[in-house]
Amino acid sequence: MADRLTFELVSPERLLLSAQVDMVVVPGTEGEFGVLAGHAPLVSTLRPGVISVHDEKAIQRIFVRGGFAEVTPDGLTVLAEEAIDLATLDTAALNARIKDAEEDVADAKSEIARASAQAQLDGLRAVRESL
Amino acid sequence: MASLKELKNRIASVRSTQKITKAMQMVAAAKLRRAQDAAVASRPYTERMGRVINNLARGVAGREGVSPLLGGTGRDQVHLLVVATAERGLCGGFNSSIARLTREHIERLKREGKTVKILCVGRKGRDALKRLYGNLIIDTIEHNNVRNIGFANAAAVGDRVLAMYEAGEFDVCTLFFSRFRSVILQIPTAAQLIPIDLSTVAGDGADTGGAAYEYEPDEAEILADLLPRNVSVQIFGALLENAASEQGARMSAMDNATRNAGDMIQKLNLTYNRTRQASITKELIEIISGAEAL
Repeated sequence: MADRLTFELVSPERLLLSAQVDMVVVPGTEGEFGVLAGHAPLVSTLRPGVISVHDEKAIQRIFVRGGFAEVTPDGLTVLAEEAIDLATLDTAALNARIKDAEEDVADAKSEIARASAQAQLDGLRAVRESL
Repeated sequence: MASLKELKNRIASVRSTQKITKAMQMVAAAKLRRAQDAAVASRPYTERMGRVINNLARGVAGREGVSPLLGGTGRDQVHLLVVATAERGLCGGFNSSIARLTREHIERLKREGKTVKILCVGRKGRDALKRLYGNLIIDTIEHNNVRNIGFANAAAVGDRVLAMYEAGEFDVCTLFFSRFRSVILQIPTAAQLIPIDLSTVAGDGADTGGAAYEYEPDEAEILADLLPRNVSVQIFGALLENAASEQGARMSAMDNATRNAGDMIQKLNLTYNRTRQASITKELIEIISGAEAL
């Protein structure tokens, strides 16, 4: 058994995941990269995409948007503005949310409200594409 | 001397006020717990963000063409003050202490001949500053119907500030909020958002200072991506601290109010009983002297 990697997924609201895993594949801005234990120190920004957490034989897939990944000798930390576990997501609910978001964009009264609704919508669409 | 009926009404009204303040105190206590948890839960993100930015900023310090979010615009003529307060009152000195700190800051800047603009986050801050500096307030962002402050709320404020910065509408941005220490102590704080003040960013970077990072893409690009994010993160942290402070301040204010109402009820009860006795005694005297006269 090889060394295990300490992986932490943090959103601004809380610490989402903190575990010992085998490998994590991160969607970096310049391409996906896998992180194993003992990876060289690295900082990379993220593009919206799916993080795959490989542990034993199970693979957990988590959608992330906006943020960066930091690899230190202690482990990997991913800071994401938004993170959704794909296993807990069902397509119907997602489509409903996208529809809601589209309406929000249309209904937005101020520029700020529209911008934030649009960002929400873009995020949701990216989730759908990654399924 | 007030009549018995008046006193009775008085006591009833103070008693119902006490019930309300008691209920508000308990609600605030419950909300405080949640707000505190949220503030604690947001810390790992803020800390790591601060650490990485600190590392990066050290790397690019002194280089040409660093982001104006880091190096500033080279001027400090126009100041934007983001004043974060509560949406509701009845929370002791919470709103007024933030407003007071802001006022002192504005006066100092004015003496130095700077231009001041105010962006209020929260209705109460605007109310407090409107009378003196109504013409300086450019807008108010209200979170009136937001139950729990989410990152999206903070990001909206952050985007607004960044858009103004890019449009060259101000040179320095300072954020006013109340830092939560304990239920009885909240410290009104001013934090400089733009250009970033590295000494206040969490984490000193000492623990990772030795490790040479690889950057993907290069440092400047990561920094350009992270600095705007950091503004939102800082605002988010401040809003959470504020939420906790507000509930803490309300809790102790309502606790005081409940106690004062209790004291008042006691005093009124005493007066009521005295008056009642006096009127009974008076009636007895009247009956007895009436009987004697026969």
